[in-house]
Amino acid sequence: MFYRLSGTFHTNYQADRKLWKIPADRWLVLTVFALAVLAPFLVSPLYLGSYVLPWIIWSAAALSLTLLMGMAGQLHFGFAAVMAIGAYSSIHLVRAGVPFEIALLLSGIIAAVIGAVFGAAALRVKGLYLVMATLAMQYLVDWVVVNVPWISGGAHATLRTPAVSFLFMDISSLASRYWLALAWAALITVFYLNVKRTSFGRSLVAIRDKDFAAAVIGVDPFKTKLMAFFTSSFLGGVSGAILAFCYYRAVTPEQFGFNVSIQLVAMVLVGGLGSVIGSYLGAGFVLLAPIFLTNLIAGLAASGWVPVSQNFLSHLPLVIYGAMIIGFLLFEPLGLAKIYDNIRKYFLVWPFRHARS
Amino acid sequence: MAYFVELLINGALTGLMYSLVALGFVLIYKSAGVPNLAQGAVVMVAGYAVWLFLSWGLPVWLSIPAAMVTMFLFGLVVERLLLRRMVGQPVIMVVMLTLGLEILLRGLVPGILGSAPKSIDVGIGFAPVIIGDVFINRTSLVGGIVALLLVGASLLFFRTRLGTKLRAVSDDHISSWAVGISVERAIGISWGLAGIAAVVAGALWGSSQGVDWTLSMLLFPAIAVVILGGVDSIPGVVVGGLVVGILGSVIPGYLDSIVGGSTRDVVTSLIILLTIMVRPFGIFGREDIERI
Repeated sequence: MFYRLSGTFHTNYQADRKLWKIPADRWLVLTVFALAVLAPFLVSPLYLGSYVLPWIIWSAAALSLTLLMGMAGQLHFGFAAVMAIGAYSSIHLVRAGVPFEIALLLSGIIAAVIGAVFGAAALRVKGLYLVMATLAMQYLVDWVVVNVPWISGGAHATLRTPAVSFLFMDISSLASRYWLALAWAALITVFYLNVKRTSFGRSLVAIRDKDFAAAVIGVDPFKTKLMAFFTSSFLGGVSGAILAFCYYRAVTPEQFGFNVSIQLVAMVLVGGLGSVIGSYLGAGFVLLAPIFLTNLIAGLAASGWVPVSQNFLSHLPLVIYGAMIIGFLLFEPLGLAKIYDNIRKYFLVWPFRHARS
Repeated sequence: MAYFVELLINGALTGLMYSLVALGFVLIYKSAGVPNLAQGAVVMVAGYAVWLFLSWGLPVWLSIPAAMVTMFLFGLVVERLLLRRMVGQPVIMVVMLTLGLEILLRGLVPGILGSAPKSIDVGIGFAPVIIGDVFINRTSLVGGIVALLLVGASLLFFRTRLGTKLRAVSDDHISSWAVGISVERAIGISWGLAGIAAVVAGALWGSSQGVDWTLSMLLFPAIAVVILGGVDSIPGVVVGGLVVGILGSVIPGYLDSIVGGSTRDVVTSLIILLTIMVRPFGIFGREDIERI
């Protein structure tokens, strides 16, 4: 907190290219990670199961989407469909006797292949048309899932996930499910942080910034975009499987509907396009802020402070959610990540503000 | 055969009613270049406005113009407060802003006015029109005719002085500025006009299926209409509407019983996907889409 740049002189390139250059940042990340690992002992099971666990999983999903939207600049409004493919294929694979670890990977690959096929269809266009094409993909996948009884088990059926173990560890208790989700989120985070430093990540960024300029310097736009769709859909598919096995445990098609896709895009945008910390903050904000504010206003209404009808209260989460999206786009288009960054930069050299570069 | 003709005619009429929703989308996209994904919700708000004026005891011939004035102002306000600040931002921002608006309206309006479906009676009647063996939905019939009239009227409107200005703005913002056309006002007016088109759509759809939040789901077929017809083409709205409506009625009419329902969304999605793959600018759209 106090003058954290003190004593850090990056005298060689290696030190300057670390993921977390400042020791204080490294300690902060370690502390947060340790707290996250210890969360089952610190937080009551109710909060862990209904707030922290979905937060972690949705953050992983938002990270997979931000790889596509933030890093490669390709809009995707059907990401919930990709997650649905991952979730359903993992359940069916486990039911067919495939070990859970391999089923996770396979479901990711299935989601990636289908996602990349749709991506290839959509890649001839960009901007608004890409939005529309991925939207159509969402509806198509929804329909296939609902109407093929072999996948969903009937139109209004819920599919229970079978009991599984991961690396000889039984994941039926809440804590073990949480740790599995956390491990996946940590893995995806490390992947995302490092992919920025590879040639693949750099070509993604080049494509985002200007695709024909990238083509001129030798990055094949079609191949790179396809790879972006493939990678992001793989991560999204595994996140969907994790979501099904660790959180929902009984899957219905409505859990992966069009509104969920919008919610994911909202998480990415509210958090800040292409930012890791933004994905975590955005997922938490989009998931929890409407619940929190609605509870607050419901409490106020119950005590007679604000006169609101029951009907309005039931619509309040939607209102808050929509207002939140509009508010962020108008007033902080770079999202929560930018707010975090501003605060961090302010305190980086505090109280020696004149030292700020 | 009669079954096929019935599906065909009712599908065509429903498609024309879709094109009422799509017309608002096209009006805004044409002048401002903004894809208004909140148009479905605007139609819903318009339906609620018509219901509100009717429930205050106003007669139909007065409440629809009153709703038109309200929605014109609503469009102006939305443009001024929200979309004006998005000029020059990437398309993802605009798309997400209109989606945010859609979510907000879908929560706010039913939240305040009640979420139970409201029935509005604009004096059309419910008995089907029977020609030979064919039953035609009376609301759709009126809706189709009104849609054709409205599209014709907007084509004529674009030949007036104000309409010429709007066409200039849709061609090029900067050159319009240079010759003294107020681009902001033109864009505002096109939002207002989209609000007026939404009132017609809201009144007709509201009288056929009741006014509640599901009206905002008209967005999806309207998008298919717009993509197929060309996103900046007003005649395209009619042709796209007819194709989407007919295919969305005839194909489910035969397939629903085999595959188990709701093939209409699939047909709509496939229309969007195929159009984007084969001819992304649509049937009548301008061919200036950047392609790779």
